[in-house]
Amino acid sequence: MTLQTLTKPWEPMSYGFLDGSAKREIRRKMIKAIAVPGCQMPYASREVPMARGWGTGGLQVSLTLVNPAMRVKVIDQGADDSVNAASIRRFIARVAGTPTTMDTLEADLIQSRHRIPEEVLREDQVLVLQVPNPEPLRPVQPNMSIARQMHADADYGRMWLQLYEQIVRSGRVMQGASYPSLVHGRHVMTPSPIPRWDVPKLHMAKHLTILSAGREKRIFAVPPFTRVEPLVFSDVPYKVEDHAGLTCHRSGTRGFFMNEIPQDDGSSVFEVSDSEWGVKAIRRRDGEEVALGETWYKNGKMPS
Amino acid sequence: MTPVLDIEGLSKGFTLHHLGNRIEAFDDISFTVGAGEFVLLKGANGAGKSTLLRTLYRSYLPRAGVIRFHSDHGPIDLARAADIDVAHLRRTEIGFVTQFLQARPRVSAEAIVAEPLRLHGVAVEEALAQAREALKTFGVKPDLWKAYPTTFSGGEQQKVNLARALILPQKLLLLDEPTASLDAHARAALVARLAELKAAGTAMIGVFHHPGDVEQLIDRVVDLTPDFIKSEDRTDVDL
Amino acid sequence: MTLTLDAPRIVTTHPLLQVHHVSKSYGSVTALRDVSAIAYPGEVLGIVGESGSGKSTLLRMMNLGETPDTGSYTLDLPDVEGNLFDLDRFARRMLCATRIGIVYQNPHLGLLMKHSSSGNVAERLLVAGERSFATLRAKATAALEASEFPLDRLDAPPIELSGGMQQRVQLAKAIALEPALLLLDEPTTGLDVSVQALVLDTLKRLQQERRITMVIVSHDLGVIRTLADRVMVMRGGAVVEAGLVDQIFQDPQHAYTQQLVHAKL
Repeated sequence: MTLQTLTKPWEPMSYGFLDGSAKREIRRKMIKAIAVPGCQMPYASREVPMARGWGTGGLQVSLTLVNPAMRVKVIDQGADDSVNAASIRRFIARVAGTPTTMDTLEADLIQSRHRIPEEVLREDQVLVLQVPNPEPLRPVQPNMSIARQMHADADYGRMWLQLYEQIVRSGRVMQGASYPSLVHGRHVMTPSPIPRWDVPKLHMAKHLTILSAGREKRIFAVPPFTRVEPLVFSDVPYKVEDHAGLTCHRSGTRGFFMNEIPQDDGSSVFEVSDSEWGVKAIRRRDGEEVALGETWYKNGKMPS
Repeated sequence: MTPVLDIEGLSKGFTLHHLGNRIEAFDDISFTVGAGEFVLLKGANGAGKSTLLRTLYRSYLPRAGVIRFHSDHGPIDLARAADIDVAHLRRTEIGFVTQFLQARPRVSAEAIVAEPLRLHGVAVEEALAQAREALKTFGVKPDLWKAYPTTFSGGEQQKVNLARALILPQKLLLLDEPTASLDAHARAALVARLAELKAAGTAMIGVFHHPGDVEQLIDRVVDLTPDFIKSEDRTDVDL
Repeated sequence: MTLTLDAPRIVTTHPLLQVHHVSKSYGSVTALRDVSAIAYPGEVLGIVGESGSGKSTLLRMMNLGETPDTGSYTLDLPDVEGNLFDLDRFARRMLCATRIGIVYQNPHLGLLMKHSSSGNVAERLLVAGERSFATLRAKATAALEASEFPLDRLDAPPIELSGGMQQRVQLAKAIALEPALLLLDEPTTGLDVSVQALVLDTLKRLQQERRITMVIVSHDLGVIRTLADRVMVMRGGAVVEAGLVDQIFQDPQHAYTQQLVHAKL
């Protein structure tokens, strides 16, 4: 037995870019996060060849989870073809040798910034959300030590106070993205800056969602089949964005979350935010045989 | 006669620490008051008449002696009773009448008069009705009933005060010169109300500058003038 | 005091609040030395003393904001048992939020200065679990109204209000859940004399209407005389004298109390 037989030959880089101990730490923190749904777990957050704030948290989780057989999809605000999404997708493929896809139905791992795809995710799929600010209490309690005590005590009265103030000042709840939600009836989390439209998709979902903030060094999770309830007053119902009646001007698809595209004449047209859903709709319209998955929203409504 | 108050060997003095001396007010006083009995306290200026009343009310702590009050809950020594018991008795069984009203801003005359009834559990409307009746008896004009006594003249305030102090029949009433500077009509109303309460069994101990005002009510006189003062040196009023 | 009074015989109800033999030192400084205090239901206990007498420390302990070195604290309430100093942080918070109201001299301690006034009151109700907007709105408005706060300023943030109005918001917040105990820490100190009188008047009226048990701490004898039924005089962390308010003011026994009362009159 020689030293040579016990060690691996030198490689310029570990599989999946991150070294083994970094991945082990993130795995452990993910398991903890799954064990206590919605509770933020601190982790070391290594350097990756990308600036903090550009999805480093999500990237580290993705790099930890991938294996060469996993098909990876990366989206940014619903689009697979944005520079950021394309760069991250290519990076993962290069360092982990994974196949990539844009089709939600084909993906095993989906890393996303600010959106959840419109097609229902399955038990065998994992959604990784990039989180800029993991602390939902920050707007009401700038002192993070006290904020952690408040989580420990489930002392969330001030979150509702924030909603109260919005209604008093503006006549309605103004919170758009990052709508604070109670996970498993215990921890309030910020679901990352997904629109209100997407929050109900997390409730009792079949898939696992991992949320990771690289700059803030926090991981939290929504395990499959877990309650995710947006904070609301009992007499002021939760409202998603009023997009149910909008039609995509390119694909003609209707009843999904839309991007508003201002026109020169002051009006605006709409384009479906989930770009690959739009692409598939166009291909099907053009006569191609395309598999469209079941969607969370049906005719613009989330079935309760 | 049912005894209401037995006073035995009661002494009171004041220790003034900053002057390093003691002032004696009265010493070894003993007397008894029964239900429906009116006792007039008499004595030279400084003999301790008002001091005695305040000691009985426990605004002053006695130095020695027993003040046995036969309350609805049995006999209790007011000289040593717990503060909370004294406070309770003041609300329910022992009244103290002075000539001064403790007015409070933005509390109407009728509300201030009704307050003892309210604290006794009488409903608002009923209490206010009785209060208005009492104000009328003491000659306070109806247009003042809803006004705030803080703005009243001294005389009107005094009438409000009497109406308030006498509205709730009590077992023992301590009267500290309530007639001073009162007009004739109000004085007559006061005497009439006292007579009414007395007939209903209220025991009374009073200090009056002009005892003639209440002459027909007086059953007994207790003289507080110490024995060493010669009668020709006395300056207090005659009966 | 040479005279020792009897135990209560007529009033057989238990005191709502009982603090027994509380002592507290900060290093070599003794803040409280074997202090005991009781308050009966519906009673107003006044605590008077100069700065450093320990009166504010004692009040903070009654609000469970501080724990003494020795001593016990009980409140005679359903579901509230044992020495409250032994409660954990969570139990303390719930007890303070739902059963004890407090008004601080400094409104910054009790209020979110940039939130709406009604929101400040609503926060109390939210902590207690109220989740209906309409109910929050109605209850906050009612509490502010009871504190004689002008309702046209319902949603003005305290930072834009006068000192007297800020104290009314604190008061509304304190009484919103109808607490068993209301603690007042120099509630009118620093206000103009005329404003002070109006706030005191509101306190007096609330006390008479609702029979809330109150503990009021002040260095101002006038405030204590206006509100309190019973008074405790503190000096150097110890109780110098205690008694009915008229007795303490008219016949103070202890040299220090005499000095205090005579300096004022």
